[in-house]
Amino acid sequence: MKRIPEQIKRLAVVIAVIITGVVAIRYFILPSSLTDGRFHRQSTVERETAKNIVFAGATICGNCHGDKAEKKKAGYHKTVNCETCHGPAQSHIENPANKPAMSGGRDFCVFCHAYDQSRPTGFPQINPVLHNPLKACITCHNPHDPVPPQTPRECSACHAQIASIKTVSPHALIGCTSCHNVPEKHKVSPRSVRPTKPDTREFCGKCHRKESDRKDAPKIDLATHGERFLCWECHYPHRPERM
Amino acid sequence: MNRRKFIKNAILFFPAAGVFRHLLKDAQAKPGNGKYDPANHLYGMGVDIGKCIGCGLCIEACKKENNVPKEPFFCRTWVERYVIKRDGSVTVVSIEAQKEKPRAEETDVLRSFFVPKLCNQCENPPCVQVCPVGATFATEDGVVLVDSKRCIGCRYCIQACPYGARYLHPETRTADKCTFCYHRIVKGMLPACVEVCPTQARIFGDLKSMASRLVRFTRINKIHVLKPHLNTEPKVYYAELDGEVR
Repeated sequence: MKRIPEQIKRLAVVIAVIITGVVAIRYFILPSSLTDGRFHRQSTVERETAKNIVFAGATICGNCHGDKAEKKKAGYHKTVNCETCHGPAQSHIENPANKPAMSGGRDFCVFCHAYDQSRPTGFPQINPVLHNPLKACITCHNPHDPVPPQTPRECSACHAQIASIKTVSPHALIGCTSCHNVPEKHKVSPRSVRPTKPDTREFCGKCHRKESDRKDAPKIDLATHGERFLCWECHYPHRPERM
Repeated sequence: MNRRKFIKNAILFFPAAGVFRHLLKDAQAKPGNGKYDPANHLYGMGVDIGKCIGCGLCIEACKKENNVPKEPFFCRTWVERYVIKRDGSVTVVSIEAQKEKPRAEETDVLRSFFVPKLCNQCENPPCVQVCPVGATFATEDGVVLVDSKRCIGCRYCIQACPYGARYLHPETRTADKCTFCYHRIVKGMLPACVEVCPTQARIFGDLKSMASRLVRFTRINKIHVLKPHLNTEPKVYYAELDGEVR
């Protein structure tokens, strides 16, 4: 048998080294995700799927906070999920001690409800600079069941200037409704339904005519004092001048 | 059988056997046990322009859910504010939540509205075509993902995306984009932006299910997609989309 030449043997050693090297790289050094034959993308999908969930979802909050969820379901905020305002809550579900970050107050509500001309017509908006600037929204509006603005209880809510003048006048203790007859509808449509003003001289005369027994009120003779005019046409009743 | 033929067959046999073994293993590994099967789903999103109030909560929620950097110019989803004036000029500004409220009011406005934007999860994604290392790909359920371990950060896909939906993540130095919150949707949950939208301007659903909200949305609205002339076939459907929106 012919001997294998020396150079072939050496070449075989070199080839064997190369082959073992490639095999070693292929099986021990390259990450398996690179060489995985079927879906080499499967590892990405798995990694993506394994990511942390932060927002728990719309329905789960009601399992514990049923009263709030029930209330919200019937109101204008029914499309607003709990986490929209209260912040992500998955960690709160895993451990109730982790309270969701409550987004408080005016800074948050105006994200949606500040006036912006690009917003769809009819979406409830306010001007945060003018709309009760120092009050928190939740003092008047319940966020779980927001309703269109309530009618003001006090006249001073709209007539603040008159109210502040009146507080320093002799008429300070006389209520608005002692002189003005205010229909309930005035609070809803203030310009079309107006309160009355005293339309007789005798109305002011109840206190101010000579025969009246009110001691602190200045007295006049209704028969001779400006008989052609109503009292408030000359005297400003919210701050009558002292005599 | 002569020696030559034997060696030829042997050379073919060993690699062929290895491939066959692999295929066999894959066939066994496939889940058929009621688990999530991507072949049964095809996801898309609907956006109702008429309902968007531009509050920017979707941007915030996306950043919290997906660890997107807080800086304003890194976004997986964003909202554009269009202002169209009487003289025909169009201004487009990307809004940010928690900044500059109320926004400056402009005069002589013909119409104005908000357009939420995100990755369109195209059926023919240009970003996938250009990736030199195959790091980005479309899954079976119609979501375009990025393999952050393969991505070399060459930014080619960022250039190629006609919707500007991709950005380079400053920490990983790889391309990043909207995944429809893939980790949520495979568990049957909604993407975070859809979850927090207060006016339901965003609708998410499965195009393969006739009962899904998205299919209903595409049935009852007049639908348009962004840049249809590029034939990317987006899966984000817009209702009440203005002709000025690019």
